Amino acid sequence: MEPIKLHYVVSGNDFTCAGEASGKIKRELKGLGFPNDIVRNVAIAVYEGEINMVIHAGGGVIDVEITPECISLDLIDEGPGIPDVSLAMKEGFSTAPENVRQLGFGAGMGLPNIKKYTDEMIIDTEVGVGTTIHLKVYIK
Amino acid sequence: MTVKELAKKLDLTYLSCEDKAAKREINGCYCGDLLSWVMSKAKEDNIWLTVMGNINSIGVAVLTDVACIILTENAPLDDNAKEKATENDVIVLTTSKTSYQVAAEISKL
Ligand SMILES: Nc1ncnc2c1ncn2[C@@H]1O[C@H](COP(=O)(O)OP(=O)(O)O)[C@@H](O)[C@H]1O
Ligand SMILES: [Mg+2]
Repeated sequence: MEPIKLHYVVSGNDFTCAGEASGKIKRELKGLGFPNDIVRNVAIAVYEGEINMVIHAGGGVIDVEITPECISLDLIDEGPGIPDVSLAMKEGFSTAPENVRQLGFGAGMGLPNIKKYTDEMIIDTEVGVGTTIHLKVYIK
Repeated sequence: MTVKELAKKLDLTYLSCEDKAAKREINGCYCGDLLSWVMSKAKEDNIWLTVMGNINSIGVAVLTDVACIILTENAPLDDNAKEKATENDVIVLTTSKTSYQVAAEISKL
């Protein structure tokens, strides 16, 4: 089977759109017949990634590649980058502003959640250039 | 138990998708307002108790497949959130009781 490739744009500073890409990816994977837990894990990881793009990076894009063995995702933005990745990965660490917290975000659980729900997570980031997060979820 | 039976027992008011309530089974309950926290901890078919009635709460409900959202303490549901709930078949209910009170009642069912 040819891999299925999908591409989504996440617009910046628009919380009402965050969740669009993860919702679509979820429906796509469900439609392809992937198991419920895989679909849920991927959807949660993408949602956290989308929210981070909106809150921290002014938007970005998501590339998805689906094969029967593996779902690969690249979350790409040209935001400010992450100066200290190991600190950013700590549960509870967040630089989200107060107005974002009032919406129920900024708990500092996003990156740890992404790690928890995927099999591989690689963060490529450079301050002033942007951040790309490569994710893989294997179908056992 | 279905959402419809729950709504009747706890005297909850529907804010969206009442027509879906008779068919929606529930299993367990989760309370929380921090969306990332809820997203990682709430389970499929849970009742979700929260005061967060914005559009992102609906996104979280869709992703986690919770059975319904109960907005406690009369917390408002934003207009765009209501629209998204209807679009995505998310049942939203409301009550004046606190999350604690509702959870205590659910645990006795
Ligand atoms: N795409 C990104 N661009 C720049 N900074 C980011 C990005 N994603 C995460 N961060 C940084 O990492 C921190 C932790 O992220 P996360 O665990 O998702 O928590 P939260 O989004 O709730 O703050 C953020 O507060 C932010 O400082
Ligand atoms: Mg985050």
